[in-house]
Amino acid sequence: MSLENLLGNWSQYRKGHEEGGFHDYKHLWGMAIDLDICIGCNACATACYAENNLAVVGKERFEKGQAMHWLRLERYWDQNELDHPAQGASFLPMMCQQCDAATCEPVCPVAATYHTPDGLNAQVYNRCIGSRYCSNNCPYRNRYFNFYSYYEDSWPEPLNMQLNPDLTVRDKGVMEKCTFCVQRIRVAKDNAKMENRPVADGEAMTACAQACPTNAIVFGDYMDKDSQVAKLWKKHQVKLRLTKQNKENPELRGYRIFEELNVDPSVMYLERVREEV
Amino acid sequence: MYNEKDINEQIAWAKINADVLRSMENPRKGYWLAVLICVLMLICAAFAEYIQYTTGMGPANLNNPHMWGMYISTFVFWIGMSHSGTLLSAILHIIHADWRKPIYRFAEAMTTFSLMTAGLFPIIHLGRVWNMYWVLPYVSDRGHWPNFRSPLVWDAFAISTYLSASMLFLFIGMIPDLAICRDNAKGWRKKLYTVLSLGWMGTDRQWRNFRKTYLLMACFLIPLAVSVHSIVSADFAMSIMPGWHVTTFPPYFVAGALYSGCAAIITLFVLLRYFFRFEEYMTTPIMEKTCKLTFAIAMVWTYLNLVEFCSVWYGHDIYNKEVLIAKATGPYAWVFWIMIFCGSVVPFTLAVQKLRRHMPTMFVVSLLLNLSMFFERWMIVAPTLSMSHDPHQWDIMYASVVQWAIVFGSFGWFGLLFLVFVKIFPSVSMYEVKEMVFHRRRHLVNEEAAARFHRRKDDSQTTTGEPGLEGA
Repeated sequence: MSLENLLGNWSQYRKGHEEGGFHDYKHLWGMAIDLDICIGCNACATACYAENNLAVVGKERFEKGQAMHWLRLERYWDQNELDHPAQGASFLPMMCQQCDAATCEPVCPVAATYHTPDGLNAQVYNRCIGSRYCSNNCPYRNRYFNFYSYYEDSWPEPLNMQLNPDLTVRDKGVMEKCTFCVQRIRVAKDNAKMENRPVADGEAMTACAQACPTNAIVFGDYMDKDSQVAKLWKKHQVKLRLTKQNKENPELRGYRIFEELNVDPSVMYLERVREEV
Repeated sequence: MYNEKDINEQIAWAKINADVLRSMENPRKGYWLAVLICVLMLICAAFAEYIQYTTGMGPANLNNPHMWGMYISTFVFWIGMSHSGTLLSAILHIIHADWRKPIYRFAEAMTTFSLMTAGLFPIIHLGRVWNMYWVLPYVSDRGHWPNFRSPLVWDAFAISTYLSASMLFLFIGMIPDLAICRDNAKGWRKKLYTVLSLGWMGTDRQWRNFRKTYLLMACFLIPLAVSVHSIVSADFAMSIMPGWHVTTFPPYFVAGALYSGCAAIITLFVLLRYFFRFEEYMTTPIMEKTCKLTFAIAMVWTYLNLVEFCSVWYGHDIYNKEVLIAKATGPYAWVFWIMIFCGSVVPFTLAVQKLRRHMPTMFVVSLLLNLSMFFERWMIVAPTLSMSHDPHQWDIMYASVVQWAIVFGSFGWFGLLFLVFVKIFPSVSMYEVKEMVFHRRRHLVNEEAAARFHRRKDDSQTTTGEPGLEGA
């Protein structure tokens, strides 16, 4: 009985809260996105649509702001870009930052979003009741809500055959977001476990990283010190669990978006270097 | 200038009974018309909810930054309305302000009904409304519990506690009146009141127990009223969003709640006074006192507004400041300035004695005050969502017909509940009015006796007595 479970494990439950979070990570999936070599081709976004069964909502709903793009390319025309329009807009691919201190997690009334021991910010579709507080509390606005049931509209036969069988198609009233392709991570971990070896770097690869023609997106395990992503973070002197990075060399391009909010995002961006015009 | 009494001490007790009981029988045509309008409004909402239930939250026009819309702002609005009854019946009961006695019953009913309306909104706005019970901590064999850290779970507890406590308070306060109804009713009403009055005989022991219970409930309800709106404010204040993450939100929400509650009392005061001809009970001096109270609360609300603006302005947090500036100059600026005008300028009419004695003016003013409060809630929810940290996701959103229909229908639902209430239950507390009349009369008698005593003393000291006090 769960009541017995509650009473029996009360001290354990309390202890978990006193320690304030989970720190025993075996894996901590992270990302590094080099904006200098990103060409803004949107291949990552397209790959994400194909991999994660994202609904195509149509022009009208897209304009209403009801799109389901887990990964979006944000374009900005700041003063610098307006002064030199030949350079084009500045842009960055934006997906769920898998924050270590995610603000979406504590506000969910039914605990449908929670932190996995892999450092991922998971969303349990079956548990979600659609209160949408998580999206309101996400500074990146990276959570997408199924405002409609999209199954018939988005994948009319025979397009339903293209759906990825490794994950579900979400129905109306459920929140969803980038999972760092958790289904692929699962496969990589299972394979490694069966062969009784640690997960190799590059074995788990998100669809966006795989599709990127310039290898601007690097994905890997932050806990594995030899992984490409951990090396990049180290090279650019960006660390987790900081609200302000103390870099010895301020010229280094690495930064995390909104890290001053203490959400501790797991994605590091490398600033784009633009030529002086 | 105006020297009337709160209530005429010479009203006969039988007349009080007769007047109140008269209000409960024979609905006129206008009543049925009002019921019809409310039902039609409710049908609008039911139809809109049917669309939303079957197709999803899309037709409500919510979008990625605006995940919450008018549903939540209307929810906060109705929760705010519910604070009137507790203020009048519990707080004023404890501080012995007896002028509340003729008007607290309907205010308390308003509390209960606006809570019953408010409670619907968080449910309506859920994406998967059929799973709403997952918010409650029921014992499940899967070991699933709600997330106790979420303010939405606190909401569910706070609202259900407040609703059950205020219903109980309303009921307990009505028991002696229900007994009067029982003694004067026939047919199905007799049966209903017999059950509801719980065998009230008016014995000394019953009165003593009743007093104790009533006081206990009043003391229990006051912290609940404060906590429920503080917790509603936590829905916003516990987030990290600019414009929501504000320390002063709990008192700000409570002040706003009392404000809209008082304004709604004035509205219903005027309506009941006119339709039920309660001029002798809902008198102009009582109206004046309610207006003064509302004015004071309006100033508190204005002050807290200023505190919020100043703390954001001098806090120099770039995100917060941007949202604040956008509130006053952005796409929702017209809402903001109507809110400021109706909420901080219009209440000054309450400070003018001539105006606050004029019922039609007060009716309009009270509606304007509540308009301001409705807009205030929109200004809390929308600008933050439209301008959060990430500028790529900035957007504006106006509610669709579906959202408006449900909000509109909620007023019908509230009106319907209230209309049913005034015909089945006494909307003026008979026993408390009698008590008030009795106290005032005794006070008068005591005053007269004291005056007579002083005169006699003066007579014995000086040879010439002062004339003229005999007719008091």
